Amino acid sequence: MEYDIIISSMTKKFGDLTAVDRLSIKVKKGTIFGLVGPDGAGKTTTMRMLCSLLTPDSGTAIIGDHDILKESEEIKKDIGYMPQRFSLYGDLTVLENLEFYAEIYQVPRKVRKEKIEHLLEFSNLSKHSYKLADQLSGGMKQKLALSCNLIHTPKYLLLDEPTIGVDPVARREFWRILFELKDLGTTIFVSTPYMDEAERCDEVGLMSEGKIVKSDTPSNIINNFEKPLLCVYSEDNHKAKNMAQEEEYVFDAYLLGEELHVVADDKDYAINNLMEKFKTNNITVDSIKEVSPSLEDVFVYIIKNEKRR
Amino acid sequence: MEYAIEIDNLTKKFGKFVAVNNVSFKIKKGDVFGFLGPNGSGKTTVIRMIMGLITPTSGTGKVLGYDVTTESEKIRSHIGYMSQKFSLYDDLTVDENLDFYAGVYKVPKNKINEKKKEILEMADLVGRENMITSNLSGGWKQRLALGCSIIHEPEILLLDEPTGGVDPIARRQFWDIIYELSKKGVTILVTTHYMDEAEHCNSIGFLYYGNILSLDTPNIMKGKIIDGDIVEIKVNDTLKSIELLKAKNGVGDASVYGSGIHAMTEHNTDLEELKGYLTENNIQVTNIKMVRPSLEDVFVFLVEKENKK
Repeated sequence: MEYDIIISSMTKKFGDLTAVDRLSIKVKKGTIFGLVGPDGAGKTTTMRMLCSLLTPDSGTAIIGDHDILKESEEIKKDIGYMPQRFSLYGDLTVLENLEFYAEIYQVPRKVRKEKIEHLLEFSNLSKHSYKLADQLSGGMKQKLALSCNLIHTPKYLLLDEPTIGVDPVARREFWRILFELKDLGTTIFVSTPYMDEAERCDEVGLMSEGKIVKSDTPSNIINNFEKPLLCVYSEDNHKAKNMAQEEEYVFDAYLLGEELHVVADDKDYAINNLMEKFKTNNITVDSIKEVSPSLEDVFVYIIKNEKRR
Repeated sequence: MEYAIEIDNLTKKFGKFVAVNNVSFKIKKGDVFGFLGPNGSGKTTVIRMIMGLITPTSGTGKVLGYDVTTESEKIRSHIGYMSQKFSLYDDLTVDENLDFYAGVYKVPKNKINEKKKEILEMADLVGRENMITSNLSGGWKQRLALGCSIIHEPEILLLDEPTGGVDPIARRQFWDIIYELSKKGVTILVTTHYMDEAEHCNSIGFLYYGNILSLDTPNIMKGKIIDGDIVEIKVNDTLKSIELLKAKNGVGDASVYGSGIHAMTEHNTDLEELKGYLTENNIQVTNIKMVRPSLEDVFVFLVEKENKK
């Protein structure tokens, strides 16, 4: 198996705080790797080290054939990096922004026009090429920022929470573009707080306090969830949640959309006792049954478990 | 029935551009009202009019019985506002930020300490009073920002994308606080791009380019808006399958959903037939089933429908 990104035992400290702690990750060529984790887990620090904006205290990473410590200039040519707050020039048009980045990345003049046209089409921005970047909606700004980072046809794409503040329709469109890039062979390393996006990655790494606590395909992570998960529909899920949390046999209870999810050790015991408890407290239950977890369920469980240690 | 906010035919034009077009809605006292819509649909403009920061071009709005155009001063002392950018002083400590907002909102001196203690507990910030705000991670900052916006015990709370960029666990903690406030009788208007959060609202207004497209409880909205079935499909090649599905008769739309596809189809779709169609085209279908539409499906449906007009 060929790996495009190999992070080995990378560590970064800021004073007393170890932001990234002996991190090791391997990303296969032409796949999407999703880095998920709570705020402050070290995701952005990891991204910054990968594109040589920060130097690790120890450990290193190899991107393609290049070492980030020794060959950072070489790597920059092959990387597209989109930070959380990517700076577009608001008073330039869509087209001018792309031309500006083509200049920075020294895209040869001969191919520049063709490339820009292709990217505009690819991201559905052709119609908007004469608009000022400031006048674009959030979703379109995101697509323009991505396009600016694709101008030099990078082999590796690093995206730090690219879809924050973007509406669901625009997020889907953004992911369609990522899938197409992957089909073209681009290796994508993306961090996201959206669990439904994490499920679309080929592999996911759950990061907590600078370390990867779990790394696998989303389906393996979900299938290996170790406890029964119950889904409750009731008349008053908020009340039911507070009640379930008080029970000793309940590990965790939380709301997910319109469902109340309860993690317990013994499925039958929990169902019987919860039914009883809800009944005595006059909460009408429509249904209570075991369901297979989503990635969000697993994420919440693992992170809370880590914190209890 | 007592309404905390009553908006009647509110319109705001900026030159020729109609940002908000004849919007009407009412929010009951103590309710959580979710304000949804794509980026740039006019949500923030409505919020600003409610606060009396901008004057409507036409129409009226009443907040706690006060008129938004003529009595905005009176309204503002009863409103707490938290923007997506968490307006906190990064170089001040947690405690100093609370002091500052207590001063701005003219909280009586003899009540400040009691109020601060209450907020620190609610926001789970006890022990972090002397931390510099810029060192707090997303979830902490967010809860501090919320705390600052309710230090004067407002009757109405306006939250503009309060959970953008915050991890799932912190988001849940935040919403627990919102329910508590709503239980105490605080009326809450919240905008969000997270459809699972929107599910928790008592009612939802869907805004699209300045027009309210739909106004209802989440459950009713899911039941009545989508005319057809939602089929969830898991396959080995998502992009190709979406193209195939879109080209098929009887399928209205298909897009990425979680790790699979959601296809909107006519009522009483023959799942076997649909599966056969994909298999004939060399797609491996690992799972196909009918699902209840989620709020995200409704959101995407409404936007696509408007886009086609």
